[in-house]
Amino acid sequence: MAVYKTNEFRKGLKVQIDGDPYLMIEMNFVKPGKGNAFYKCKLRNLVRGTVLDRTYKGGDSLEAADVEEVGVQYLYRQGDTFVFMENKTYEQYELSSEQVDDNWKYLKDGTTCSMVLYNGNPITLTPPNHVELLVEYCEPGAKGDTATNVTKPVKVETGAEFICPAFIEMGNVIRIDTRSGDYIERVSVK
Amino acid sequence: MSFRPTASVKNLELRSKKLAQLRSHFAEAGFVEVETPLLSHDTVVDRHLHPVLVSIDGEDLWLQTSPEFAMKRLVASGMDAIYQITRAVRSGENGKLHNTEFTILEWYKVGQSYEAAREFLSSLAEAILGISPPEQITYQDLFRQSIDLDPINDSESLFTRRASELGLHVPDAWETLDRDSKLDFLLADAIQPQLQSRAMVVYDYPASQAALAASNGETAERFELFINGLELANGYHELLDAKELRDRNRDTNEQRLVDGNDALPEESRLLDAMDSGLPDCSGVALGIDRLMMIAAGTESIRDVIAFPMDRA
Repeated sequence: MAVYKTNEFRKGLKVQIDGDPYLMIEMNFVKPGKGNAFYKCKLRNLVRGTVLDRTYKGGDSLEAADVEEVGVQYLYRQGDTFVFMENKTYEQYELSSEQVDDNWKYLKDGTTCSMVLYNGNPITLTPPNHVELLVEYCEPGAKGDTATNVTKPVKVETGAEFICPAFIEMGNVIRIDTRSGDYIERVSVK
Repeated sequence: MSFRPTASVKNLELRSKKLAQLRSHFAEAGFVEVETPLLSHDTVVDRHLHPVLVSIDGEDLWLQTSPEFAMKRLVASGMDAIYQITRAVRSGENGKLHNTEFTILEWYKVGQSYEAAREFLSSLAEAILGISPPEQITYQDLFRQSIDLDPINDSESLFTRRASELGLHVPDAWETLDRDSKLDFLLADAIQPQLQSRAMVVYDYPASQAALAASNGETAERFELFINGLELANGYHELLDAKELRDRNRDTNEQRLVDGNDALPEESRLLDAMDSGLPDCSGVALGIDRLMMIAAGTESIRDVIAFPMDRA
């Protein structure tokens, strides 16, 4: 296993601590002129997203984490398992509903996502920032109401519900921001 | 890849102006500007400095970590007030406040007492940066006042307790760090950040951190200039005793080996000079890039260097 020594520490390094992969998101080199060198690091756990503050002294080292990011397509869901295919190798990967978390709301057949692999196993999934989803069901809006401040829940093809302006109708395609779950705009009207 | 400097043209012009001011300050004080080689057969033996060895035409030479040895050889040869603005290279030092290759100002004055040397450094900072006189504070009082700890007399377990009370993220290897390394960490992590908008000369370092300063066994005649928490200069009332330096070199090399570093050559032409007689003198090294950071009011060394290492 590759090892990074403190003089190789820098932002963006992927390392392994207590068996978990971490991304070095901040690194500050501190050294009194005649004194010991210290490396103050902020590390983000790539599985849980938590941030760790760690200080290392000159000469310490960290194991490199075998982490890579690949592009995948969502194929289908089977019970609690979501199945994806890597775009380049056609390799299939499975994620549990716990790992997919709230992202199931944005997954329809063929959605391209980015997936982080740790030691070859998928650990996280990031959908594209914006997705377009077909509205399958909603209450009809009041006639002529085009105001965007009047809202209602709308059910889309993935089975998820989003809060949308009242003028959205069944058969519309809407664009959603996956980072916030917010409605952005109507893309098309059937 | 960008070919442009990371420093603004404005800051590069400020640099030029400050360098000219420094040169006239030294000329007025009766100092002679000297030049000594970047490449040397000798190197400073310091536990935490990592010099670079280069091979040129079949010969191995060190890139200097400071011009100290060469300048002291000139002092031992009869020059009694000299200064130099040159480059130094220290491997493994890179960050917001460090560039592996940096500009160093160093000066020596024969017959200058410990007090007078601190006074000269203070007046230099006042003149070049236009600040009010830096306070003078001992290393011990700095620790007492900032983090309520006595660096000379308190136990290491008390250091550990204070670090945890202060909520510091100490290194994983804290317990294995020796006393001085713990003090280094406390100074860098707990004290320096408290020194914003203050200028001070810290003096009387623990004897164990004497480096090349004269020492009375408990404290060393060593001093440093801090401005806004940034370490700018390091000075000594110089050690003259060659035997004492040979002992320190041997101890330092033992520590280097324990740390997993190579031992450095202990004999040098500096020791030859000291054997022949180095006159009583004081000397100071000052980081020019950091001085420019203060002058320009910036937080990163990249803002005052035209081409930092990744763009060199």
